[in-house]
Amino acid sequence: MDMPTDMTRAHEDYASLVQDDRVHTSLYKDPAIFDEEMERIFKNTWVWVAHASEVPGRNTFKKSFVGKQPVIVTRDKEEKIHVLLNRCRHRAATVCEKKAGKTSVFVCPYHGWSYNLDGKLRSVPHASVYGEDFDKDEFPLVSLRTEQYNGMIFATFRDDIEPLEDFLGSAKKWIDLFMKQGAGYPVKTLGEHQFRFPGNWKIQLENTTDAYHFPIVHKTFLDSLDAETGNVFDVLGRGGWVEDLGHGHSVMVMMPELVDLEENLEAPIPERFADLAEELRGEGYSDHEVRRIVRAVGGGGFNLNLFPNVACSMAFFRVLRPVSVDETEIRHIAIGMDGGPEAGNRMRLRLHEHFQGPMGFGSPDDAEGWERVQRGSAAGDDLWILVNRGQAPIIGHAAGDHVTDVSAETGMRAAYQEWKRMMSA
Amino acid sequence: MSTTEMTRSDLAAITLEEASAFIWREAELLDRQDYKAWLPLFTPEGLYVIPIEREAEDRAGELNIAYDDAEMRAMRVKRLKSGFSISSAPSARTVRTTSRFVLEEAPDGGVLVRCAQMLVEYKFERTRVIGADVTYHLVRTGEGLRMARKEILLLNSDDPLWGIGYLF
Repeated sequence: MDMPTDMTRAHEDYASLVQDDRVHTSLYKDPAIFDEEMERIFKNTWVWVAHASEVPGRNTFKKSFVGKQPVIVTRDKEEKIHVLLNRCRHRAATVCEKKAGKTSVFVCPYHGWSYNLDGKLRSVPHASVYGEDFDKDEFPLVSLRTEQYNGMIFATFRDDIEPLEDFLGSAKKWIDLFMKQGAGYPVKTLGEHQFRFPGNWKIQLENTTDAYHFPIVHKTFLDSLDAETGNVFDVLGRGGWVEDLGHGHSVMVMMPELVDLEENLEAPIPERFADLAEELRGEGYSDHEVRRIVRAVGGGGFNLNLFPNVACSMAFFRVLRPVSVDETEIRHIAIGMDGGPEAGNRMRLRLHEHFQGPMGFGSPDDAEGWERVQRGSAAGDDLWILVNRGQAPIIGHAAGDHVTDVSAETGMRAAYQEWKRMMSA
Repeated sequence: MSTTEMTRSDLAAITLEEASAFIWREAELLDRQDYKAWLPLFTPEGLYVIPIEREAEDRAGELNIAYDDAEMRAMRVKRLKSGFSISSAPSARTVRTTSRFVLEEAPDGGVLVRCAQMLVEYKFERTRVIGADVTYHLVRTGEGLRMARKEILLLNSDDPLWGIGYLF
């Protein structure tokens, strides 16, 4: 829904809706704010669109979104990655409705205009009627600026903003750590859970660095774990922390011993991975390889939240897509080892299914909690959402003198300060 | 079931009438959320599978919405009945019907029953309809028919769903 410009707020009004320790309830429910967010945020920054393994070779593609705009991520015949608006330049029909696949051409189903995977308009049926001055070079699929870091592909509508690596900044270190889940193999996606909830996208954004909810909302997940694993998931009690990484990004470390999966390889193999370790040994993997794979299969110990739409969350990618002011789509993408042992990838799939997705032991309760936030925000127009928990840094923490308690709302404050900067720029 | 029937039934093929009676009873148990009575309807090695991918290749090697063995099913039921899961305390209410039964003999002497399921769920003044192709692998045991496998392929399995706090 587009609001006439004279009804949108002045920039300074947006700034007043975000304070250091609270944000205004209207951020969840005002359609005009949502429309402005799609313009000022999603069309002005780097937005995650795919993992490189989702376009695994020449002439492959997958559909995605940048904000509300449908795009196609492609790998052309020279293996170059493109992000193209999924809209024929003639009369706007989508040129691709398949989720992912392999092709060398996109043919618009309406009048047959065809495009290469780099977006170039290849041919137009009965072109002569257009006259001699019709130049196909003027009508490629619109191509967005595209860059990638460690397999994560981002696109932006802006040609003049900082390079992706500068945007990621100190988050890069955490992406590198996250990718150690490949256990030395390239990381590849293994499938995804998709679900929607009737609520604003920022409610989900907040959740990724919210350890505070975990023992409450996920009690039934915790109750389903063996004692040893339950101890690992005692997320508030393991000396973790939250850190503002700049640009709206943040990291929440819940299991400090699982930050670097290539360390502590000599630690005893947890009981729940004993069968996997045995199977790998049987397949001829060395003791070192077995330990490295098993530790990687168990997943990382932190959630890295990248503003505005993706997280490297423990063992999977979590991607949000704003649909409307009170509707958000979430994808939880499983990852594994490309070329690694099947037994390891199978176990990762089962672990992913245990917590994630529409019927996981965790996600449905998250989704219900988020919906309850949206429903509750119908009350109290003049009230604020509190994000004031844990503002003071922990004194003497090994991770540095700037980090806050694992259950602090530091990540939310970081995201909302970036929101404020972009909305009032 | 009487002793004489049990003896006779060891080798008897499973009929459409038996299979549909079993499936309807199971559907009613699930709508009433009598999950404790549902668990023993599986064989000990039985699998409860809700796939994502439309074409079955290797469900164990793919990501599924659920891929439950006996242990996972028991944990899932414990979770849904615990009262501590906000999506299932209460869950949406459901009413389901199952029809369009097609029987096929299974290699182990049991039957594969392919059928259509229409389920309506209701919560927060919101009604949703989910269609599914359901495949049962039923086997005869001394205790009656049991599920060696139940696979529910939701009509929208590979598109966004929502938090689901009940069982299909």
